Amino acid sequence: MLSAENLTVRYGSAAAVSGVSLQVKEGEWWVIVGPNGAGKSSLAGALSRSVPFEGTVTLDGRDIRSFSPAEFARRVGVLSQNHGPVFGFTVEEVAGLGRYARRGGFLRREDPEGPEQLEKALALTGLTSLRRRNMFTLSGGEQQRVFLAQVLAQDPALMILDEPANHLDLPFQQELFSLVSEWLKTPGRAVITVLHDLSLARLYGTRALLLKEGRSVAQGPAGQVLTRENLRQVYGMDVFAWMQGMLAGWQE
Amino acid sequence: MGGAALWTAGVLAVFVLCVCLGSVTIPLRDIAASVFGGEVSRESYRAIVTWTRIPRVLCAGIMGASLALCGAAMQGLLRNPLADGSTLGVSSGAALGAALSIVLGVSLPGLESAGPAAMAMLFSFGSLVIILALAWGMDRNFATHNIILIGVVFTMLVSALLSILITFSGEKLRSITYWTMGSLSGKSYEQAALLAVGLVLFGTPLLLQGRELNAFAVGEENALHVGVPVRRVKLTVLVCASALIGICVSIGGSVAFVGLIIPHIVRLVSGPNHRRLLPVSAFAGAIFLMLADLAARTVLSPLELPIGVVTSLIGAVTFITIFYRSRKGGVR
Repeated sequence: MLSAENLTVRYGSAAAVSGVSLQVKEGEWWVIVGPNGAGKSSLAGALSRSVPFEGTVTLDGRDIRSFSPAEFARRVGVLSQNHGPVFGFTVEEVAGLGRYARRGGFLRREDPEGPEQLEKALALTGLTSLRRRNMFTLSGGEQQRVFLAQVLAQDPALMILDEPANHLDLPFQQELFSLVSEWLKTPGRAVITVLHDLSLARLYGTRALLLKEGRSVAQGPAGQVLTRENLRQVYGMDVFAWMQGMLAGWQE
Repeated sequence: MGGAALWTAGVLAVFVLCVCLGSVTIPLRDIAASVFGGEVSRESYRAIVTWTRIPRVLCAGIMGASLALCGAAMQGLLRNPLADGSTLGVSSGAALGAALSIVLGVSLPGLESAGPAAMAMLFSFGSLVIILALAWGMDRNFATHNIILIGVVFTMLVSALLSILITFSGEKLRSITYWTMGSLSGKSYEQAALLAVGLVLFGTPLLLQGRELNAFAVGEENALHVGVPVRRVKLTVLVCASALIGICVSIGGSVAFVGLIIPHIVRLVSGPNHRRLLPVSAFAGAIFLMLADLAARTVLSPLELPIGVVTSLIGAVTFITIFYRSRKGGVR
């Protein structure tokens, strides 16, 4: 589905991502993990075309640079970290922007599936009752749900989620991740998620890419990548012992 | 579109009112007689209505619509509630052109009286080219913070040049003030027609960017992710808004506040959705500037106030009143 060859992202002379290659196939849920500054978000930015990059990235065999913005948005939905409207739009208006690429274009053709897809997205994210609410009156977590609803309304084949659990309380984290795994069950879909939380990564990711200083340290089936040794090498600490220690604290 | 009909009726009503009122009040039937032919109660009324009032009120209406439309579009594009059509610096460039023409006595062969207007237009387009070239040189994406920064710096530079000119202007100071504060006195049908062509030519593309500007206002990166052709939309809005502002300034001088405040007032009433905001701002801007011009020529009659002074005064007071009322009634 998505394939990256020798992908490099530079900010000035410093490389945030160097020479990463990646093959994402249908049905896979990739998690990109690594410490701060490892280049996770830059990699996700390059794959979602919001950050310039060197190397080749193809989607269904076609260079992603060759897609028009609308063509790309019909295939790839992105939940990024930085947003928040300046003016007081309603929940429905922001989520409805997900349908832009389906009705955009010069002649502005109508979007017959739009209302139904938007309804579905609002229902899935539990926002139906908040649809007329002003975005300014929502909590950070609720706002994040609105942007997730926007991505769902977009109805893409590939979802790129950059730290989707940010601002979310535990029940909604769980809801979001089960929602995405439910979404992934439809054939022809795939998910790429940048994650800080290693437990979530281990629980939901089917494939993992471990990054350190912009380079791929390991990638493959999540169980084989997120090992004690790999994590120790990347994070410079015994992550397993730390997590076990935390769990032990609860058992006492 | 019952709303559009209602707004059109409102604009027409205010238009007629502004043609009626002035240093002499002209009865409605004399206005009808002047326009459609017929007996007028005093012959001088016909000339006042036909050659003074109507072109002037037309200019005020079209200019108000243009300024407010540009302001709404720029605020959405730059995600900045302080932006308006002049944020890019084009209107100060235009004022500098007009001032240069006044001080140096530059004029076009055959169009002696149109010297300042022609120079203002020339300078506004020159400024637009310089600003866009600078923004393009900084990064290829016209990043909004760069645009705002370049606009501010450019405006400062031009203001400095304008101040130098004013220092040497002597008795021509009054004419320069006319350009920096704005005035619609002595406008002609030709000028109204030029404004109308500008509004149709550059305002229509702005009006068609409603969905795109909604996406921008929510977030530029978000706009990209939902499939908005970000760079093309930016260039369209920047060029069209600046060109339209350039035409406005070259005809009526730089009228402050309309482009800034009208979109805010409209947003408080009808929400931030640009598909409503853009057309409603244009209607409201037309009504506002026609009334402001009416005030400028009647309040201290026979003295006439610069229209920019009136728009700032009325605009500030109206905005503060509406803003506080709406805050009391809940967040909008």
